[in-house]
Amino acid sequence: MTRGRLSRERPKMVAAKRALPWLAASLRPISSTAAGSLPKQVKIVEVGPRDGLQNEKNIVPTQVKISLINMLSETGLPVIEATSFVSPKWVPQMADHTEVLQGIQKFPGVSYPVLTPNLKGFQAAVAAGAKEVSIFGAASELFTKKNINCSIEESLQRFSEVMHAAGAASVPVRGYVSCVLGCPYEGKIAPAKVAEVSKKMYSMGCYEISLGDTIGVGTPGSMKEMLSAVMKEVPVGALAVHCHDTYGQALANTLVALQYDGTRAADSFTDACFFIQMGVSVVDSSVAGLGGCPYAQGASGNVATEDLVYMLHGLGIHTGVDLQKLMEAGVFICKALNRRTSSKVVQASCKL
Amino acid sequence: MGTVPSALKHCLSYQHLLKEQLWIGEPAAPPPALHPGQEFQISGLPDYVKIVEVGPRDGLQNEKVTVPTDIKIKLINRLSKAGLSVIEATSFVSSKWVPQIAAGATEISVFGAASESFNKMNINCSIEESIEKFEEVTKSARNMNIPVRGYVSCALGCPYEGNIIPAKVAEVSKQLYSMGCYEISLGDTIGVGTPGSMKRMLEAVMKEIPVSALAVHCHDTYGQALANILTAIQMGVGVVDSAVAGLGGCPYAKGATGNVATEDVLYMLNGLGINTGVNLYKVMEAGNFICTALNKKTNSKVAQASFKV
Repeated sequence: MTRGRLSRERPKMVAAKRALPWLAASLRPISSTAAGSLPKQVKIVEVGPRDGLQNEKNIVPTQVKISLINMLSETGLPVIEATSFVSPKWVPQMADHTEVLQGIQKFPGVSYPVLTPNLKGFQAAVAAGAKEVSIFGAASELFTKKNINCSIEESLQRFSEVMHAAGAASVPVRGYVSCVLGCPYEGKIAPAKVAEVSKKMYSMGCYEISLGDTIGVGTPGSMKEMLSAVMKEVPVGALAVHCHDTYGQALANTLVALQYDGTRAADSFTDACFFIQMGVSVVDSSVAGLGGCPYAQGASGNVATEDLVYMLHGLGIHTGVDLQKLMEAGVFICKALNRRTSSKVVQASCKL
Repeated sequence: MGTVPSALKHCLSYQHLLKEQLWIGEPAAPPPALHPGQEFQISGLPDYVKIVEVGPRDGLQNEKVTVPTDIKIKLINRLSKAGLSVIEATSFVSSKWVPQIAAGATEISVFGAASESFNKMNINCSIEESIEKFEEVTKSARNMNIPVRGYVSCALGCPYEGNIIPAKVAEVSKQLYSMGCYEISLGDTIGVGTPGSMKRMLEAVMKEIPVSALAVHCHDTYGQALANILTAIQMGVGVVDSAVAGLGGCPYAKGATGNVATEDVLYMLNGLGINTGVNLYKVMEAGNFICTALNKKTNSKVAQASFKV
């Protein structure tokens, strides 16, 4: 971009060419200090290849999945959820789990967890070379019933089998809690319930608990309230947030989760001081915002990794992710899926 | 999210959705009376936020399709019935530049910018020259008892100059405020701001202008608008500009979005327990109306999540 040289072209055309420098700026090494007491570093857990693709209508060929994961590995993302060892009867998109896990390039320093809903899935995952797995709980009885046809308590018993086997095999386990800010069946979810389920999963041995706003209904207030309750039971260093953007609230919710002063946790939202700080430093997102919402037809689901990285870099927070390469991975998978990206950063960058 | 059988997908009709939508609900009730000595700062957020609806002007101005006057009037009426107390309805520019002109106003706006290049490209004069022109306009308006709202464009970045220093934004804002603008709306014209740059800019501006006279006008071009708005209200800003259905693309990035959707802002404020006096359902209906008229898809995620596609 040439300073001081005013083009005679119409503003639209000039600016269209200048859209990319804004991205270049966010790619440069961070020079400004982070705002307030935000974490200096955030670990991004990329769930596009699993959570994202699982919720896309079009079945993606195995080779495309492998290429996507390889491209994501090149971006510097530290964790990429690769696939799900679940019955193809339930999730046809993940039927090629073994081929995907065995076909991807495993970059040093990058983790490739896979979802394992039960012991059978876990065993198949380890046989295929998995070095880390994920299990899914929920803070809602009805959601658990509809999803996996049992109560929360029963689901935790199933998970304990996986935890035992994982412990014996020295395989770390990440726990997800769904419906932390609301449930499509039960409506509002009590923060204490989220704290209870999170505590149980953490106590069982999950190294990290990802708190999911499954239907994206949360707002910064409900996020803070829920985190305050959970942080009484689980250390903040073991927490992640998985915000859906179904109502456009994901980045605002993620922002409040990141803000933490470390010395005071509010008992309730109204008691908290100005600029409440929470302190989570692990955030889940999905390249191109892959994955719609199965509970609201036509609505969006996962927050786009590109938009998250844009915000974090703008805040001076280190992620290790190359935004340019990430955008390329997003463009690649959107072409393969024949769909438009859900990332606003990509939409704004005139890449398409 | 875990494994979800496809049988769970379901469609809800518009009426069904609007009646049974758990998440939209009613606007927050006014907060209980404060105890003596208690200030709102204890909660960190204002109790009330005024929404300035810019859809009919800023939104429609940036839509390709020219909208017939009667449609504009119907839109404005619907927005007014939704409880929006300020609806920007007109544009104070030469009609040869902007086809979407509406006549008559009880309030006017003047548009400054924190960037010399942007000013030059937009209104073909320097910031100083534009301030002189605005002083004349503002003086006449005030003589007629017409309030004047000042806008500062490029508050967080300029499509030509790149980064804009907060002190420049503060300087231009102060000039507009000193000449008599009752409110200064700080615009992230190309939506490049993030919560950190918003905070730094507001800190500089708030040294010159009381926060009660400030508004933020965030564009959602890079998806940052709600996070930026949240940051602003955490700092005490109590006025937010937005556009129903997120009308108005970005003239600087083809295919990109522009204004943040009023519905999405309301959803966040309602969830935070902040009073706005606006009925989200009615705004959604107004959004649905204008999108149908424009034959376009809404940019509001709340609307996308709530209406049958």
